[in-house]
Amino acid sequence: MAYFNELFSGTKSLFVGLGITIKEFFKPVVTVQYPHETIPMSARFRGHIELVPDPETGGTKCIVCGMCQKACPSGCITVDGEKREGVKGKVLTLYRLDFTKCSLCGMCVESCKPEAITFSKDYNLAGPSREAYVFDLVKRLEEQR
Amino acid sequence: MNNELIRLLAFLVGIIAFAALNAAYLVWVERKGAAHFQRRIGPKEVGPYGLLQPLADGVKLMTKQLLLPDGVDPILFKIAPIMLLVPAVMSFVTIPFGEHLAARDIDMGLLMIFAFASVNVLGLLIGAWGSANKYAVIAAARVISQNIAYEIPMLLTAIALVMATSTMNLNEIVSQQGGGIWHWNLIRLTFTASPLTPIAFLIFFTTMLAETNRAPFDMAEAESELVAGAFTEYAGMGFGVFFMGEYANIVIGAALTTVLFLGGWQSPLPFLPSSVLWFLIKMYAIIFTVVWIRWTYPRTQFYVLLNLSWKILIPISLANLIVTAGWLKVF
Repeated sequence: MAYFNELFSGTKSLFVGLGITIKEFFKPVVTVQYPHETIPMSARFRGHIELVPDPETGGTKCIVCGMCQKACPSGCITVDGEKREGVKGKVLTLYRLDFTKCSLCGMCVESCKPEAITFSKDYNLAGPSREAYVFDLVKRLEEQR
Repeated sequence: MNNELIRLLAFLVGIIAFAALNAAYLVWVERKGAAHFQRRIGPKEVGPYGLLQPLADGVKLMTKQLLLPDGVDPILFKIAPIMLLVPAVMSFVTIPFGEHLAARDIDMGLLMIFAFASVNVLGLLIGAWGSANKYAVIAAARVISQNIAYEIPMLLTAIALVMATSTMNLNEIVSQQGGGIWHWNLIRLTFTASPLTPIAFLIFFTTMLAETNRAPFDMAEAESELVAGAFTEYAGMGFGVFFMGEYANIVIGAALTTVLFLGGWQSPLPFLPSSVLWFLIKMYAIIFTVVWIRWTYPRTQFYVLLNLSWKILIPISLANLIVTAGWLKVF
């Protein structure tokens, strides 16, 4: 009798399995057809850092304090600025990120008082050489404008 | 005589074209089916809905070199894919696609199909043995014992059916199932067939899956355990022909199930005209079910597979045979 019980319950479970898969068959697809369509990255996605544009001037919010450069454990940030006539504080002339060494720890973003840098949402990164990953973020900001 | 020759030639070309077209497009069906069962899209880049994908695959396979690895038996290695394909194509000869659409209306049609169906295992064995590869030989050993185990219940259910129909002519078997869905051998509501035919159908379908080496019984390929099983050493069109043979076997299995249990070309309702269309609808429904089953169940372990045959399928099909015999005697 146990033989037949097992047989019936086994056969039944096979049909239950078939029922589940056929339901999935008629549900809409969930995959994103990547090169043709992309989904927006989530708010906390960490790409390489970029400069935040100042909503008033469109320029950078950076005050060239150099805190990010000091905070970076890999030493991949180089910041330089200069004094200009009639402008209070320093003006950013160079913000270089060596992304080959960056580990996306976010110490720079955390240490930035004026919140001048943030994580970008870039993930389509490909390049022919190492040098392609040394980003000039000032130029990048200007290109974005 | 001349007319007969032309007719046979037309059928020959038609059958080979049908087998090849099915083999190509079943790959597409398989991939699309697999994708949708996993809620993906599947092939979509080559042509609309990926419909030109089989063409691209075929061109790719044909442009590849026919590699003959060191240590293989050159004759056996080359003959094996053909040994798998030819019996499958041969079996199409007796399949009645429509009332007058069979290449040869042989009285022993069922017997002939079973005779040829057992040859394709030999093709697999020869290919695996000839390729001098441990994975291939293990796969071949598994396939042989699997096919021996599953041929018995398959033949037993077929014999029970033949006792009820008292003919082995496939066209005759289909003709007897005319007049609506309740006359099909699957759920025959007359006293001329045993009440156990639904169970016989399940057994036949299961053994058909095993005989055609389909998941969950795909011991011949077992890609996660045995690289590519018996096909490991094959490249290019050698592999392509093997695959065509496999898919042609699936078509034969589905066609045979349609003929024996689902009324072949008979329409499901008496007032609808019977035609070859019904045959194709039923056959492709079965093929879809085969794909559906593949993407539902994981591959069985080998000893579970043999236990299923020897402990469950064979006793039940024997019981089915005895009950059918008794039923036919009484009524």
